[in-house]
Amino acid sequence: MLTFTLRRILVMIPQLLLLSIIIFLLAKAMPGDALTGAFQGNPDANAQHIEEIREKMGLNDPWYQQYGRWVTNFVQGDMGMSYVHKQKVTSLLAGRLGNTVILSLATMITIYLLSIPLGIIAGRWHNSWADKLIVTYNYVALATPVFVFALILLFVFGFYLSWFPISGSVDIRAGDGWEHFVSKAKHLVLPTLSGAIIGTVGTIQYLRNDIIDTKLKDFVKTARAKGVPEGRVYTRHILRNSLLPIAAFMGYEITLLITGSVFIESIYSYPGLGQLFIQSIQTRDFTVVSALVMISGTAVIVGTMLSDIILSIVDPRIRID
Amino acid sequence: MGKTVLEIENLRTSFNIKGEYYAAVDDVSLNIHENEVLAVVGESGCGKSALALSIIGLHDLKNTKLEGQVNFKGENLLNLSRARLNKIRGKDLGMIFQDPMTALNPLATIGAQIEEPMKYHMKLSSADMKKRTLEMLRRVGIKNETRIYSQYPHELSGGMRQRVVIAIALACDPVLLLADEPTTALDVTIQAQIMDLMKELQAQMKSGILLITHDLGVVAEMADRVAVMYAGQVVELAEVTDIFANPQHPYTRSLLSSIPSNLPEGGRLHVIQGIVPALQNLERTGCRFAPRIPWIQPDEHEQNPSLHEVKPGHFVRCTCYKNFHFEEEESGEEANVLT
Amino acid sequence: MSLLKVNDLKVHFPIRGGFLQRVVDQVRATDGISFEIQPGETYGLVGESGCGKTTTGRAVIGLNHVTSGEILFEGKDLAKLRGKEKRLHTRDIQMIFQDPYSSLNVRKRVLDIVAEPLRNFERMSPDEERKKVQALIERVGLNPEAIYRYPHQFSGGQRQRIGIARALTLNPKLIVADEPVSALDVSVQAQVLNFMQDIQKEFNLSYLFISHDLGVIQHLCDRMGIMYRGRLVEEGTAEEIYTNPQHLYTKRLISAIPEMDPTLRLEKTHLRQAINDEYRTGYDENFDENGRPFDLKKITETHSVSRP
Repeated sequence: MLTFTLRRILVMIPQLLLLSIIIFLLAKAMPGDALTGAFQGNPDANAQHIEEIREKMGLNDPWYQQYGRWVTNFVQGDMGMSYVHKQKVTSLLAGRLGNTVILSLATMITIYLLSIPLGIIAGRWHNSWADKLIVTYNYVALATPVFVFALILLFVFGFYLSWFPISGSVDIRAGDGWEHFVSKAKHLVLPTLSGAIIGTVGTIQYLRNDIIDTKLKDFVKTARAKGVPEGRVYTRHILRNSLLPIAAFMGYEITLLITGSVFIESIYSYPGLGQLFIQSIQTRDFTVVSALVMISGTAVIVGTMLSDIILSIVDPRIRID
Repeated sequence: MGKTVLEIENLRTSFNIKGEYYAAVDDVSLNIHENEVLAVVGESGCGKSALALSIIGLHDLKNTKLEGQVNFKGENLLNLSRARLNKIRGKDLGMIFQDPMTALNPLATIGAQIEEPMKYHMKLSSADMKKRTLEMLRRVGIKNETRIYSQYPHELSGGMRQRVVIAIALACDPVLLLADEPTTALDVTIQAQIMDLMKELQAQMKSGILLITHDLGVVAEMADRVAVMYAGQVVELAEVTDIFANPQHPYTRSLLSSIPSNLPEGGRLHVIQGIVPALQNLERTGCRFAPRIPWIQPDEHEQNPSLHEVKPGHFVRCTCYKNFHFEEEESGEEANVLT
Repeated sequence: MSLLKVNDLKVHFPIRGGFLQRVVDQVRATDGISFEIQPGETYGLVGESGCGKTTTGRAVIGLNHVTSGEILFEGKDLAKLRGKEKRLHTRDIQMIFQDPYSSLNVRKRVLDIVAEPLRNFERMSPDEERKKVQALIERVGLNPEAIYRYPHQFSGGQRQRIGIARALTLNPKLIVADEPVSALDVSVQAQVLNFMQDIQKEFNLSYLFISHDLGVIQHLCDRMGIMYRGRLVEEGTAEEIYTNPQHLYTKRLISAIPEMDPTLRLEKTHLRQAINDEYRTGYDENFDENGRPFDLKKITETHSVSRP
């Protein structure tokens, strides 16, 4: 296990390096650099003066030297300055990363709370009316773009019924402690539900199909021939096998949510990484964009590794060393 | 012959194919006695597996219709509720499956899988259960039983897994064992070991065994009595020695002459003409084997073929056996006439 | 000259492990096998699963890389041939697979399945091609109309005959048949085996027949080799092997064949027990310190046994 993890981390290094080179070059290829933003709209800016600063900051060096500096700083936790916000990227990310992680965790838990029972019902009683209803829901959820759900929820529960706030992550008037927590939770409800509705589709479909397959496996016949009551046949034999891939997929799922919450965060003006990402692209804030892409890339690679490790823990057939 | 442990009467198992029910097991009556191996032999699609699954209630009842009676310990298994059936199967009725690679749950330890039926059918402390499981493992010829106990199926070879499958079936001392092609998926040397093991265990346990197989070699080695099935019906039923030394039904004779190991040097294997019709295309009146022996005159067959007792304990369906000859033989030649 | 001469063939697969995934060991699937097949002969390769018989067959047809040794086909080493010459020999060796259900592409018509080798090797007009395929399909006992149907419309035995028709399209000299009847019912198996014997005479074919079924091998093969752990333990004519087995493993394998006479079953069980006891106690005399068979030594002109 330790060897496996270490090896995976070793393999990760070239992957991340390649990713960082691509990101860096793409950012370089874009028009403008750190100074374009800094002096934007400043009529006093002197072209020669800017050129001096540029030279001093090393912006005229060959790309690989600049890249080297960028990577060295990045690894040390210095992701540079945001051109637009005029503050360190790290401090810009800090609060938002927390928000996004909370939203993603909440979404993931909701996805599993909804999709596991639904998937089990559909799989165990497949072709029943309940199954048909669930499958229909699945198709509808799959076919509808995420913003449609988000807007419907926003309108009905946020605007019309006013049950939940429609933007932000916490009410600025909320006090500390309990009040703060309740406000945060309330702000989470609609974005979480919007994300979860789409997220359930894959899990329900996967679980349903896997249960239908597993039901016909020989070892299930063995269990029935032993006189195991039907309910136990499901819990002990079928579900154990069918839930395994879902458990293993968890590591991947969470990174997917962290990196993929762009739409939801934009719609609900939820101050998370996704929202920041969109804003930064719009304002050409490339240090922030590069940092975000690097973080997502790392998250995906780490998530896949996490999935492999979880799988090796839950499935005795897979032993990694 | 010991007392009867299982009595199958006019069993008919029909499957739903596009809205219609077609019988895969068509009016089968058989008895199995204590300490007896009854082999049901036939080719794929003859209904032998459907028969075994009907007895132990493993058919999907949404698409299967069961008629007739399967009497076991004073009850008709076909009428029992699921809950009542679950009190019997795994306890008095054990089953051995064909493929040891798939018959075990990949996520449970060997020990847990053997203990499972004990948990539902015997009142044992977990220490006693473990003791009994280790004892079962030793009985099926597994030597390092304490290690195997906590291993997972994928860590064992096919032969070892089949021993585990047998241990599960025997866990609660069943009076009847259903064995569906128990050696088919195994290598010859392993097959021989498993056959010898089953014979040895039966000698100790005195239970009845219903052995489902397509392999006449396995029949010759294991069976006391043999039922040959074709197209859902028993076409011949006899003591094992009679089946091999004095087969009567044209299908039994054809089958025996199509096995390579039965052949004299340089001889040619017998080929049965035509194919087994699909369930929904099967002609259900008259002799079902008639289309495969077209050179036999129609008047040799019975209108409604029934089982005839040609000698005590030896039954043959239809009258076509009386003057049967292979196509390449002279038509005037008499087939083995019984005395 | 032999049609096929396999000389000390080894096919090893690396096992990787450790931190850097270096090759730590080899699976010696085929580990030094030599045999010859004459034109028109059927050579049987028997053994239990994992003994390397399939790997050997696949190496002969070029589906497995060869670690060392030679496969001489009509005197030329297949492993060293390149380009046109290789193509020429590839068409002379064809294969029949075990599972008639998975070895035919379900999305292709019989015509396309059987014509595929032709399309790879010969230029024919669609009309010529169809005629040739129809002739072959008739030869394997199916209706010529069958060429427009799909594999799922046929039974297992019929599919296996389609597989044979495909193997025959290029008039090969050698057919490697890997368990061609194992998935079939006995009566269908009889049909396919008879048919294989018929076309053997008609096309002067040689077979490398791979099987675990000793009954089938005895029926069909002129000579045979018994494989164990990647090596031959005994080789000889079918008669020599069955009536006068020399190696303990061969004896064990033959005693495992079910006894077809129910009255002799008890004796058979005892014989097996005796051989198994001998197998346990005599293991060291019959196999080397790694548990592998020794090299073959001739005991008669045709019969060889693995001996220290």
